[in-house]
Amino acid sequence: MSDGTPALPAVAARQGSMGGAAAGRSPAAPVVQAPRRVSDATTEPAWVRRLLIAVALAFLTVFLFVPLAAVFVEALRKGVDVYLAAISEPDAISAIKLTLLAAAISVPLNLAFGIAAAWSIAKFDFRGKNLLLTFIDLPFSVSPVIAGLIFVLVFGLQGWLGEWLRDHDLKIIFALPGIVIATIFITFPFIARELIPLMQAQGTEQEEAARVLGAGGWQIFRRITLPNVKWALLYGVILCNARAMGEFGAVSVVSGHIRGQTNTMPLHIEILYNEYQFAAAFAVASLLAGLALVTLALKYFVERRVAASGLAATGARR
Amino acid sequence: MLLSRALLKRHSVLPGFDLALGFTLLYLSFVVLVPLSAAFLKTFTMTWPAFWSAVSAPRVIASYRLTFGASFAAALANAVFGLIVCWVLVRYEFPARRFVDALVDLPFALPTAVAGIALTALYSGNGWIGQWLPFKVSFTPVGVWVALTFIGLPFVVRTLQPVLEDLQKEVEEASAILGASRWQTFARVILPTLTPALLTGFALAFARALGEYGSVIFIAGNLPMVSEITPLLIITKLEQFDVPGATAIAVVMLVAAFAMLLAINALQAWTRSRQGR
Repeated sequence: MSDGTPALPAVAARQGSMGGAAAGRSPAAPVVQAPRRVSDATTEPAWVRRLLIAVALAFLTVFLFVPLAAVFVEALRKGVDVYLAAISEPDAISAIKLTLLAAAISVPLNLAFGIAAAWSIAKFDFRGKNLLLTFIDLPFSVSPVIAGLIFVLVFGLQGWLGEWLRDHDLKIIFALPGIVIATIFITFPFIARELIPLMQAQGTEQEEAARVLGAGGWQIFRRITLPNVKWALLYGVILCNARAMGEFGAVSVVSGHIRGQTNTMPLHIEILYNEYQFAAAFAVASLLAGLALVTLALKYFVERRVAASGLAATGARR
Repeated sequence: MLLSRALLKRHSVLPGFDLALGFTLLYLSFVVLVPLSAAFLKTFTMTWPAFWSAVSAPRVIASYRLTFGASFAAALANAVFGLIVCWVLVRYEFPARRFVDALVDLPFALPTAVAGIALTALYSGNGWIGQWLPFKVSFTPVGVWVALTFIGLPFVVRTLQPVLEDLQKEVEEASAILGASRWQTFARVILPTLTPALLTGFALAFARALGEYGSVIFIAGNLPMVSEITPLLIITKLEQFDVPGATAIAVVMLVAAFAMLLAINALQAWTRSRQGR
């Protein structure tokens, strides 16, 4: 579907579950029942099945479920009062505000980019498309620490623009703009990566028909393309937002850790943890863990919607 | 107009190509390409001996060994257990399967710092898991491996899942009819089909682990020469105002990351050709 580029596993999985829902899981499809009855030759003995399920669940329990549960248990270990105090003290409030502000700036910018990139890549055939797709994926393969470092090299005191910025009394590194731009870099591909495969699969016939019938560009986008991709778009925004609010490494390099001023929630967690205020650290962490759970729940919901509407839109091709 | 005339392979009636691609390229350049090139241009201002001594100091070499070694071991664990988890999720019915399936993506959504402190608390000497283990995990290289395994967990499962779901049951039936045991069918028919996707998932998990920072630094203990990962060393150098030294190490890691990106591209092309798409 996407040509010659690494797709996010999340994307690959969604494409898979689109096809998979039709091929294997829908209770209406007879394919599901058939192997159950003639199962002996193409499935494993019951003890093997039970063993594999036990191994898989044990692995996931140790590496996923227990750490997730630990966040909430540790957060409430010293009682609800300590929990509420930890998330309502001034430094925590200012960290929450800064995190929300940074996400509120960076997510819409990446949304605009994601729509523009998906429109040009999915709806047109042009030279250099694969190279462009690879470049869009670049931030996935760059370490967050290096993402922070490169902005220090550009905007820092010894950086390319350092002296000019100092002369004009502009602060980017160790201030909000630096946090925002590092966040943008880290979350750069998310929305584009959700939209591109879906819009490619949907093709251009509907838009072309609208064009021939006299619709303008904005009308086509708003009335044809947007309704077709709205669920994927929503999930892209949610995922981008979760990553923006949770980014640690890149923001840690450019923020300067000024308490009450340039501390985002993850940085605030780090400071509390290093000061042995474990209950407080986990209290703030539980807010971000809650956000992660909401993100996963919405992903689950959106995937079912995409599977339902995406199959209708791409049904002819499959 | 310029972009469409220069780049479009065939004319399209749809509007907005110049605007959309123009904005895409501008944004991409300012946010990603120009800043990334800064890292490389900065190292060109260093002399070769200065660069070499920065990237090959014993403490740096020890950090490469830990970062690459632990990332490899974590990706390996994820390949083995990811295959089992994916198999169980696709092939078997058990209670809460959909819930488990949805939760596999947790490491994508959970902020790394949160994962870091949770794992540290669990695996420390008196933690829920750590107290039952005969060896130390938190503040050792094993702890680094635990954090990197957590981070890479979804990659193998999510790359394998669509391939396993698309697998034709008829092929397995044919294999069984021709006299193969279930194990032979798995080893000679199913596993070879899954290999490209399995390797892709492995490479994605490995690449992600190489750059990981947030979840590792809490559990690693960060002892120089023992449990100090390369990304942390970059930050340490920055905090000592050794910007050239930090950039030199960053360039080494960037080259490794780009090599992984190329390898993943090749593996994904292989996966698609195997699937006949």
